[in-house]
Amino acid sequence: MTATLLKEASPPPAAPADHERKRRARRRARVIALAFVFPALLLLGALVVYPVLFSVGRSFFDASGDRFVGGDNYTEMFRDPATLTAVRNTAIWVVVAPTLLTGLGLVLAVLVEKIRWATAFKLLLFMPMAVSFLAAGIIFRLAYDEDPEKGVLNAAAVSVHDAFKDASSYPNARARDGQGLTKAADGSYGTTAAASPGDTVGLGLVGVRAEDLPGDARPAYPASGRKASADELRGVVYLDFTRGGGGEQGKVDRTESGLPGMKAEAVRDGKAVASATTAADGSFRFKGLDPGSYTVRLPASNFAAPYEGISWLGPALVTPAIIGAYLWIWTGFAMVLIGAGLAALPRDALEAARMDGANEWQIFRRITVPLLAPVLTVVFVTLVINVMKVFDLVYIIAPGPVQEDATVLATQMWLVSFGGGNNQGLGSALGVLLLLLVIPAMVFNVRRFRGSQR
Amino acid sequence: MNAIRRGLASSLVQAFLVVIGLVWLTPLAGLFLSSLRSAQETATGGWWTALASPGQLSFDNYSALLGNSGMTQAFWNTVLISVPTTFLVVVIAALAGYAFAWLDFPGRDPLFLLVVALLVVPVQIGLLPVAKLFGQMGLFGTIPGVVLFHVSYGLPFAIFLLRNYFAEMPKEMLEAARMDGGGEWRIFTRLVLPVGRPAIASLAIFQFLWVWNDMLVALLFADSSSQPLTVELQSQIRQFGSNIDVLAPGAFLSLVVPVVVFFAFQKHFVQGVMAGSVK
Repeated sequence: MTATLLKEASPPPAAPADHERKRRARRRARVIALAFVFPALLLLGALVVYPVLFSVGRSFFDASGDRFVGGDNYTEMFRDPATLTAVRNTAIWVVVAPTLLTGLGLVLAVLVEKIRWATAFKLLLFMPMAVSFLAAGIIFRLAYDEDPEKGVLNAAAVSVHDAFKDASSYPNARARDGQGLTKAADGSYGTTAAASPGDTVGLGLVGVRAEDLPGDARPAYPASGRKASADELRGVVYLDFTRGGGGEQGKVDRTESGLPGMKAEAVRDGKAVASATTAADGSFRFKGLDPGSYTVRLPASNFAAPYEGISWLGPALVTPAIIGAYLWIWTGFAMVLIGAGLAALPRDALEAARMDGANEWQIFRRITVPLLAPVLTVVFVTLVINVMKVFDLVYIIAPGPVQEDATVLATQMWLVSFGGGNNQGLGSALGVLLLLLVIPAMVFNVRRFRGSQR
Repeated sequence: MNAIRRGLASSLVQAFLVVIGLVWLTPLAGLFLSSLRSAQETATGGWWTALASPGQLSFDNYSALLGNSGMTQAFWNTVLISVPTTFLVVVIAALAGYAFAWLDFPGRDPLFLLVVALLVVPVQIGLLPVAKLFGQMGLFGTIPGVVLFHVSYGLPFAIFLLRNYFAEMPKEMLEAARMDGGGEWRIFTRLVLPVGRPAIASLAIFQFLWVWNDMLVALLFADSSSQPLTVELQSQIRQFGSNIDVLAPGAFLSLVVPVVVFFAFQKHFVQGVMAGSVK
């Protein structure tokens, strides 16, 4: 690096003798200057510039590096399904994350100006920038845990879900074959035989473990013998299982428990005409029925599997979930940077608009956003550069089996080159692609820098 | 009427920001509480159950962590990697930044544009070639190797930042110093460095955090005796469910240092990260 520099140095202009001293002094100054930049240029040349050139060259060779394959690694990149997934996921990241972050940052920057504890809020949101992606990854692996007993997000999802929809108490309950109940296609059970007002029916189910019975469940036997009056249909839903053996299948034995909280419907001509919920002893009754023949149905909702929450880290949602973790880290950054731009806006423009009676939304839409456009662009471009290189977060949060659904260019490059793939040709090509993708941002940086110098 | 409406709007904004603040705090609180619970407790219920029964919280995991030689070694490795890297980046970049700003040498301006261009080069592209190079030099798997790599990829931004800061110095100041017959080295140590202190502080903090938090570079260049905390923890993540009592306190330990740095040097930190984000 330095050698070429010295060669490039133009020879000092031919000078008369009295300039000889000056020339020496200038040469001396140049040598000193080169001594100042030498360590930096040596490291940059050997460990940054040379590797870039090496990688570009290496990307035209095969896995072992012995055979020149031209552009094969680059075409392979778009043929190999794993790399294709990485390209697609990186595209999702680059579109979604910077957009959300810039929008969120803008909204928060505007809102935070209106509160007194703005500094505390900014500090809190900025703090995750200090946290490593690894630690953030562990934090979110924990938060996204699929088990609602462990992952806070699923715990919240399940409690919200259950607040709006009752959880069924008997997800595994079923009827024995040939004991008077028939299962319908929708998962509900209906009595095989018809019943009329004045009858008392017994609906026996199995598949409920004794320890899963609700605490208030009582033996069903007394209710099963109760007589129905002429305009009512009575019945009992019970667990057709006697602990310790004995008991007769299809009959309510003395110790057998009722199943409380079960929904039951009286059905006539395929339509539910009455419904009831079973009491502690499993009994129910439909009053005021017209004479005729009915069947009793236990709707499928009784047997619905419990809501297990959302599979955040499953193949479908893993990328959005990791982007969520990324938002946690970077929102404060976007907010603070945009906030700085906001503080620099001309106050009189805003005041004038307020005087003219513009409301806050109009001011935001017509004045703040257009004036902030340059800052928003800088934030957006900065985020794009950073998002393109996201590695740790994906590597940590995506569980092993889902890794290939979540993979992005940076992780794919790692996997292909070092993580078992061991194809350094393709790996180099992926590295070069990553570099090519950030070049527009590089041009943007150089332009901005040159602009600021003028 | 208007005042009422404004008051209502303001309390809505406050409420919204309180919710956002809580959302931001929750993951961290979750990690901290998890780090204080035993593996069995974590297996049977979420960390929020500890809010109702704080009895399950204890520092046992942390004392176990301190007794774990792999972890303590990794912690020291993190220090041994980040401190020298920060020092070297600051020194080398300050020298070069001064030269790019105030000294005359052939190819100065194109070289500086090259440095600006190198700002965004992803570390990924350097991994493979530098690994080969370090292999030949015997630096692979050593702390100096990790440090050298970090220094090299930290330099473009560091030079960029310091050069721009130094360039703002008044010309008269430097000329006066030269008149007084100070050599460049003397000017650099007595004048440029003190004047550049704010920028150097921001750079140092940014660089320190960057390296402290790095996983990718160390994952490749460090071996099991030189690996930092991030890599040590990463190697345990496969058994995520079963060893959360190691991972959670480890992760918390690894983030305590940067967060303390953050709160201690808020202003420099924010400036450093803002400036460094162009990387």
